[in-house]
Amino acid sequence: MTVGKDVSALFPDVVNCMQTDNLELKKLVYLYLMNYAKSQPDMAIMAVNTFVKDCEDPNPLIRALAVRTMGCIRVDKITEYLCEPLRKCLKDEDPYVRKTAAVCVAKLHDINAQLVEDQGFLDTLKDLISDSNPMVVANAVAALSEIAESHPSSNLLDLNPQSINKLLTALNECTEWGQIFILDCLANYMPKDDREAQSICERVTPRLSHANSAVVLSAVKVLMKFMEMLSKDLDYYGTLLKKLAPPLVTLLSAEPELQYVALRNINLIVQKRPEILKHEMKVFFVKYNDPIYVKLEKLDIMIRLASQANIAQVLAELKEYATEVDVDFVRKAVRAIGRCAIKVEQSAERCVSTLLDLIQTKVNYVVQEAIVVIKDIFRKYPNKYESVIATLCENLDSLDEPEARAAMIWIVGEYAERIDNADELLESFLEGFHDESTQVQLQLLTAIVKLFLKKPTETQELVQQVLSLATQDSDNPDLRDRGYIYWRLLSTDPVAAKEVVLAEKPLISEETDLIEPTLLDELICYIGTLASVYHKPPSAFVEGSRGVVHKSLPPRTGSSESAESPEAAPSAGQAAEQPAVIPAQGDLLGDLLNLDLGPPVSGPPLAASSVQMGAVDLLGGGLDSLMGDESEGLRSDVGGSPAMGGSGFTAPGPAAPAGMGAPLGSGLGDLFDLTGGVGTLSGSYVAPKTVWLPAMKAKGLEISGTFSRQVDSISMDLVLTNKALQVMSDFAIQFNRNSFGLAPAAPLQVHAPLAPNQSVEISLPLNTVGSVMKMDPLNNLQVAVKNNIDVFYFSTLYPLHILFVEDGKMERQMFLATWKDIPNENEAQFQIKDCSLNADAVSSKLQGSNIFTIAKRNVEGQDMLYQSLKLTNGIWVLAELRIQPSNPSFTLSLKCRAPEVSQYVYQAYDAILKN
Amino acid sequence: MKMIHSLFLINCSGDIFLEKHWKSVVSQSVCDYFFEAQEKAVDVENVPPVISTPHHYLISIYRDKIFFVSVIQTEVPPLFVIEFLHRVADTFQDYFGECSETAIKDNVVIVYELLEEMLDNGFPLATESNILKELIKPPTILRSVVNSITGSSNVGDTLPTGQLSNIPWRRAGVKYTNNEAYFDVIEEIDAIIDKSGSTVFAEIQGVIDSCIKLSGMPDLSLSFMNPRLLDDVSFHPCIRFKRWESERVLSFIPPDGNFRLISYRVSSQNLVAIPVYVKHLISFKENSSSGRFDVTIGPKQNMGKTVEGVVMTVHMPKAVLNMNLTATQGSYTFDPVTKVLTWDVGKITPQKLPNLKGIVNLQSGAPKPEENPSLNIQFKIQQLAISGLKVNRLDMYGEKYKPFKGVKYITKAGKFQVRT
Repeated sequence: MTVGKDVSALFPDVVNCMQTDNLELKKLVYLYLMNYAKSQPDMAIMAVNTFVKDCEDPNPLIRALAVRTMGCIRVDKITEYLCEPLRKCLKDEDPYVRKTAAVCVAKLHDINAQLVEDQGFLDTLKDLISDSNPMVVANAVAALSEIAESHPSSNLLDLNPQSINKLLTALNECTEWGQIFILDCLANYMPKDDREAQSICERVTPRLSHANSAVVLSAVKVLMKFMEMLSKDLDYYGTLLKKLAPPLVTLLSAEPELQYVALRNINLIVQKRPEILKHEMKVFFVKYNDPIYVKLEKLDIMIRLASQANIAQVLAELKEYATEVDVDFVRKAVRAIGRCAIKVEQSAERCVSTLLDLIQTKVNYVVQEAIVVIKDIFRKYPNKYESVIATLCENLDSLDEPEARAAMIWIVGEYAERIDNADELLESFLEGFHDESTQVQLQLLTAIVKLFLKKPTETQELVQQVLSLATQDSDNPDLRDRGYIYWRLLSTDPVAAKEVVLAEKPLISEETDLIEPTLLDELICYIGTLASVYHKPPSAFVEGSRGVVHKSLPPRTGSSESAESPEAAPSAGQAAEQPAVIPAQGDLLGDLLNLDLGPPVSGPPLAASSVQMGAVDLLGGGLDSLMGDESEGLRSDVGGSPAMGGSGFTAPGPAAPAGMGAPLGSGLGDLFDLTGGVGTLSGSYVAPKTVWLPAMKAKGLEISGTFSRQVDSISMDLVLTNKALQVMSDFAIQFNRNSFGLAPAAPLQVHAPLAPNQSVEISLPLNTVGSVMKMDPLNNLQVAVKNNIDVFYFSTLYPLHILFVEDGKMERQMFLATWKDIPNENEAQFQIKDCSLNADAVSSKLQGSNIFTIAKRNVEGQDMLYQSLKLTNGIWVLAELRIQPSNPSFTLSLKCRAPEVSQYVYQAYDAILKN
Repeated sequence: MKMIHSLFLINCSGDIFLEKHWKSVVSQSVCDYFFEAQEKAVDVENVPPVISTPHHYLISIYRDKIFFVSVIQTEVPPLFVIEFLHRVADTFQDYFGECSETAIKDNVVIVYELLEEMLDNGFPLATESNILKELIKPPTILRSVVNSITGSSNVGDTLPTGQLSNIPWRRAGVKYTNNEAYFDVIEEIDAIIDKSGSTVFAEIQGVIDSCIKLSGMPDLSLSFMNPRLLDDVSFHPCIRFKRWESERVLSFIPPDGNFRLISYRVSSQNLVAIPVYVKHLISFKENSSSGRFDVTIGPKQNMGKTVEGVVMTVHMPKAVLNMNLTATQGSYTFDPVTKVLTWDVGKITPQKLPNLKGIVNLQSGAPKPEENPSLNIQFKIQQLAISGLKVNRLDMYGEKYKPFKGVKYITKAGKFQVRT
């Protein structure tokens, strides 16, 4: 039996020995029964009598043993006989028997759930939570949790402040295992407010000093979860953060298996609350005799904790690891250096030089790994470290792994114009094309096409060769397809090919392997469980978990609710501060191509002239320009520019004279009335400029700017800064078609060439008679700027209120009729939060931005403002603004025939009112 | 929970020599996944502790050349399982003196009884050694002789008294003629020293192990001269946490016998003293199949105490064939299969520093090894707690007799490694 042999044939003989007084013999017989009763159900019945008798034995040890064993015999006929003895044992005078019986209910439930419910055992079990003995409480909790797991809907563990209090009392007195059950149960409780959360935390904190690491981790789970509810300003919050670090560190001095599980959990904790362990970097340093699974986890956490403050230390360690024996670990260490470079920008240079040092060691796998990560560094920091390419090329021959070869080929293709013998290098790879792995073949194909686009004259033959290899001689459909695409592109439209193949790649994100926040929050609720080891929610992998309830962190209830709390629902107010609206790449590229290559779109003559003013054909030129193009390839700034930060809008101040707007009929002349009345309007508020185009992406040209509106004229206020080493001149600007036809009304005039480190401020007048195309988001504006060096692209969001015209005041009657006329489904409602102005102030502030109050009413203490505004393209928007004196949140209802603008109008409202 | 479904004990050669099922029988074939992982890991220490299989999870620990592989089926806290498995191993150690395959096989009945007593349907039942020992008496030669004559058994037939009291760790009615309480303050220095001899990382892992043989229900309080050192502590459940929080005094009713009272960590911020230094020169010549090895160990910051029991182990690179060294003190061995060099130095006398030097023979034709071997150092310093922790006094309440008290300090190297 103990070594897996089947001894069930002895069943009758063993059962005969059951009625013995020798406890040891009895135990062994019981053991045997547990193993074989299932295979001999009829014989097992013979044992029932003895069980029932033993359940009445004066010795509590024997009573408990009998009830325990009976529960383990998974034979239906026997379970029926079990009910009576079990009921007695649940109410036994001896706590040892009671606690054993509690577990037995869970066993029985597993065999026959219906029976347990019918017999009312669940209620008895619930009563045991109030038992006087902490061990019984712990077991009852454990049993109930287990039963609840298979019945997620049932409200078995009905936790309320009273029962929580009982659990917390039992927590201090029961065994270590019982503490784990109770803590896990507590973690499922949702405190009603932050005060209750804090008091539970206070009583759980001593568990952090327990010698049993499972207790510690369960306590950490409870604290991490309830901490969500505590306000960050609370002193206690800080104390708690401080208390969490030492126990986590202590877990790392335990046995390696425990360390592993602890590290997987710490990995989650570090992502959720990096501040807890930010000073403990050193404990994650790898010891050479750590098991490999511990080493790899430590490495991962080291990178997560890496910051500017400790990067030097981390790099020194990583470099040390890169000379260790274990190949897997060395590779990961090299990769970690690359991740540090990408994560901590200030360290990039040091990382690159460390990687170069490692390449000098010529250890084959180190070199290969280093090249793979350098490729990523190039992508993160373009135009910064390309000087090392020469060193990389020296190691070309030693690369034998597909990933490294592919990375190297990518580098050669990407920087073909800087590598004199790029064609020779790529040609050398081409020789063994068919023996390469698919990854390398694809990369080689792309690289050679890139090379051709950059140096078309010398490489025609090469590109033909690779295209024919890929399309005719290859069996791989991916490769063939890609080959054909390139072939068609090159043969039909080389300019488009250039656009597609040499398009700027989206930036690689800082930390590629961060767990997605919602999953992270869920996993925090599962600290200490298998889910936390696999970093997957239990529903994704636990067998038979059909009914697993998704756990979620409690919302913060502290009084100082603020936007800084990461959990705050994406309240509408944040719409304006979304960090970067990244337009879909395809879109942008398509549109820009359209803009530049297509014939000038028919439109008002002004639009056409503005195109000419911009600069004749920024991109065009077809193949000729391709041939003669010595610049480093065209870059479209796809998704790179930080569009419109929170303060990137302009909101005229309350002083702006509103009523004096010229009638709409004033015509185009007015549009050109550029800065006519600016002097008198100096009071209008212009938000600080934000960087639209960082210098890194535009070969040293940095553009920041903002939008403003002054009496019938819109302007784009730009600051151009030259951060390169050469003088910039020949500036021109052009907009892509956009939703409201915004276009430059005058050429971009930079009077003198821009010297290095110099900047110039320009106010570019805009009109709204350009050609129109609906964008997503609606207020997205894609801009191309040219100078003597290159053409750069960026996109930005403009605040909609620059489009509100001065004659946007509607007649009362007209308003009423229109309001009724617009169907109700066009009405959109928004909340404007945290605004403390009164109705009059609101009204005058909005008027400054051409939002006109038509009527004001007071209904049941609330102020209702009825307002109207008109956009440059003639769209009317009607608004109802409800202001309650005591409530800082206003309710805004917008009605418009074109409901898609509502959201942006709301953003404008929000922006104006908050400035 | 149904925490642990089954347990398999597997030796290093991959034989399953014991299995125990708490619920239904799980076929041994489930271990194939474990063997697969074991094969992949090459080194026994590197087998991942959590392995998933299509229907089960295998959580394992490696202790004393035995794999304890548990089979679980539902979402459970792995730490719970790992802690429990270590507790099982500790119990075997405690009962049989060693936790080895032979000991387990020789005592298979007791092992089975223990496992049954420790876990019920996945719920840990009794894991305190005091309670277990009352339920199942540990084997002694005398008892087995008596048992075979009288037919009595190893199994206690009364309920252990400690089982349900609020102090489950202590049994009632303890009686000693000599009442003694001993405390061993043991500190281990974990450190990484870099090439140039500066400390990359150092911390002290300390424990206080106690051996308490006191009659009745003594209530002890142990105080320290400098309790402020202890800011990161894990306690035995017997310690009253509130008392510690408010007065920094360890107050407790002790378990009977040997147990770990507290463990603590003194982290690098408090400046951990490093009691030895190592001068080393290990180099391999390019294109010649030899290298040089020269290591000297000396004392430093040892508070005037002797550093003894010094042993250095080095994992030499794979290319090393053999080593020809001379030791000025102690003896060395080099195992050409595992490439482990062990130098048993003994005591360090400052007058004449121990040195080991000579020639390293490399495989001819092999490239110069890139990696530099780390030196792993063990040592011991008697009568010193390197953190400076000092016990102030021990008071006993609740009992009338005068116990004999003693405190011993010892400092050891933990994971102490020097990079070269």
